[in-house]
Amino acid sequence: MTKGLSLQDVCIAKGGKKLLEVDHHIDPGAVLTLMGPSGVGKSTLLSFVTGTLVPEFNATGQVILNDRAITTLAPQDRRVGILFQDDLLFPHLSVGANLAFGLKPGGNRAARDAKIADALSEVGLDGFADRDPATLSGGQKARVSLMRMLLSEPEALLLDEPFSRLDTALRAQVRDMVFSRAKERDLPVLMVTHDHADAETAGGHTIHLKA
Amino acid sequence: MIGSPATASHNNPMPARRVLPALPALTLLVMLGPVAAGLYGTVLPAFGHLPALGQTGPNLDAFRAVLAWPGFVTAARLSLTTGLIATAISLVIVVLVTAGWSGTRAFRVLERLLSPLLSVPHAAAAFGLAFLIAPSGWVARGLSPWLTGWDRPPDVLIVQDPMGLAMTLGLIAKEVPFLLLMTLAALAQADAQRSATLAQALGYGRMTGWLKTVFPRIYAQIRLPVYVTLAYAMSVVDVALILGPTTPSTLAVQVVKWMGEPELTMRLQAAAGALMQLGLVLGALGVWRLGEFALGRLGMRWVHSGQRMAGDRWLAPAALGVGALSALAVLLGIGVLAIWSVAAQWQFPHALPDAFTLRSWNRHSMGMRAALWETGVIAVCVTILAVVLTIGCLEAEQRYGLRLTKRGIWLLYLPLLIPQVAFLPGLQILFLSAGADMGRGPVMMAHLIFVLPYVFLSFADPYRAWDTRYGTIATALGARPDGVLWRVRLPMLLRPLLTAMAVGVAVSVGQYLPTLLIGGGRVATLTTEALALVSGGDRRAIGVYGLMQTAAALVPFALALLIPTLVWRNRQGLRHD
Repeated sequence: MTKGLSLQDVCIAKGGKKLLEVDHHIDPGAVLTLMGPSGVGKSTLLSFVTGTLVPEFNATGQVILNDRAITTLAPQDRRVGILFQDDLLFPHLSVGANLAFGLKPGGNRAARDAKIADALSEVGLDGFADRDPATLSGGQKARVSLMRMLLSEPEALLLDEPFSRLDTALRAQVRDMVFSRAKERDLPVLMVTHDHADAETAGGHTIHLKA
Repeated sequence: MIGSPATASHNNPMPARRVLPALPALTLLVMLGPVAAGLYGTVLPAFGHLPALGQTGPNLDAFRAVLAWPGFVTAARLSLTTGLIATAISLVIVVLVTAGWSGTRAFRVLERLLSPLLSVPHAAAAFGLAFLIAPSGWVARGLSPWLTGWDRPPDVLIVQDPMGLAMTLGLIAKEVPFLLLMTLAALAQADAQRSATLAQALGYGRMTGWLKTVFPRIYAQIRLPVYVTLAYAMSVVDVALILGPTTPSTLAVQVVKWMGEPELTMRLQAAAGALMQLGLVLGALGVWRLGEFALGRLGMRWVHSGQRMAGDRWLAPAALGVGALSALAVLLGIGVLAIWSVAAQWQFPHALPDAFTLRSWNRHSMGMRAALWETGVIAVCVTILAVVLTIGCLEAEQRYGLRLTKRGIWLLYLPLLIPQVAFLPGLQILFLSAGADMGRGPVMMAHLIFVLPYVFLSFADPYRAWDTRYGTIATALGARPDGVLWRVRLPMLLRPLLTAMAVGVAVSVGQYLPTLLIGGGRVATLTTEALALVSGGDRRAIGVYGLMQTAAALVPFALALLIPTLVWRNRQGLRHD
């Protein structure tokens, strides 16, 4: 059994024009970084992995996650977590309800509330469950967003320029948190970024894409 | 007109659903099916074929009968002149006001008045205007006797004047807010502000620069709504009954009169008249299109001339004044309806009644409550149906790529472009021939034809503008497509959803002809009851019904503002949508 996330002969095209090709295996706890100018299809590759590719694009190849071929699965069955540059906390739900949305089903109310409280406390946000996400600072939102994703127990983690909206001081802090949580949980990480510091901190293999 | 399902099935595996992919087709069917059936049911009797009455054509007797009607030429001309003039003036007001004032504080005030102005039903606005400008109306009272010297209402025909001027004014007052709303939606998509700023930097006046750079883009976007306005204004029945001339009335009104004759063979004549009305509208649309070409040519020459100012200094304020006046006419009209509904004795030229009383409300409370109930049941059921179909279409578009093409948008506008009076008589004749029971159900079906396009047009933009990354996140967290819709997308879109529902209710409340013709006279809504009061001229009763009609359309808009504010009072992220 091969653990990790494998992109096998993945090729993304738009209207017959090839945008990018990737063939790479990401070990559990390792990071693959994709760098390159906008418009080369970096984010499109991520949407191919999550299963939300828009019809204008065509993709071929296989994505294997922990021995499961996920390309033919429905997006919600793939167990691939993703973080975007915006926190995208659901604005109509409280912080706690956002986390509950992510938390896998099962367990009674008290057990679920306890897990949510633990998750909040893990990122230093004790007692934030009833807060309106709009009242949180940028760093706090990023932390809630990360925990929401981790509570769904994904088997791989995709990062779509996840730190680019944060200011420099905050960026390093959030970046360290994300990478350390991923490593703890042995998650293979696929990251798309513009920022060389992101790639250096990640420490894994980097693919440079050309326009 | 619907694109084939996206070929992304390999990338985007979705569980097969039986209902959802069929919804776009079903929606088109419930919207266009009755239109097609109604036209079919109009064409046959118009050419003398109505086996239910023992008539087997084809022949041209019905058309001959219409042409032999002494009022025909006048009625047809009235339809053309009132429709074309009302549409042209409304468009000019909207364009000049937007050109001269968009982005200013005055424009924002007008914007804020839009929703209430739009929701006022045509009939109520027309009654209000009549009560303002009639010889014994508020305007004459305000100017008498100190300016006019009148101590009794002058004996002139202002409302229902033979030229149809009052009717044209009434149409303008209601079409200006509609076209302004459409223009605002188009402005949001065109890169208007930068073009206008650039033109001003080149020394163009605010209005001239806007007309030369932004207007062509805007007009391309609002062309269909303009056509809808023209078709509507030419064939409207309720406004024409209230404000239009009577001897003869417009062709559309005459068709409805023929439909109401006890002699059933008159339906043949009505059907022929309806087809001729359709021909008039199509002809006028053709003339309008030619006018577009001609104005486009002239406009190009004007652009080439490099002229920097074209009366910006007086034209823009004048347009704003006229626009404000038309808004004021509707609002004051509703005010005067309200006063009449509680007026005891009210002598001319007193500006206010001598005493106030609830007698009119008490006298009409039984009938009014029954009509309010009927109106509410129909409006709520139809709106819920329309919203379900709209959300289904938009979800099918999202999940399967079943998207209306640019040409397909025409299909949405079709029920609004074909005059009601052209196909509703045919629909009624079909119902009668089939021996079907007329009543609330068929009336709902008829309302749905007109409610659906408005609900769809109102909800589609906010629905499509929603950030789909929320959907990606929710899916990555394990939510199924239905879960994304119900737990994330619709709650986040609560405000535009309720607004679309308010639009739907307002459209349904205002429907006169479908209720009258398809209800077979057995469905009494606030609108049909109000229109039934025209000939009696009981101003207090009209005040009561007109005001209730307005309230039935306006209250949902207030709720659409209030409910999201209450539900999301602790959610700042949803406050400014």
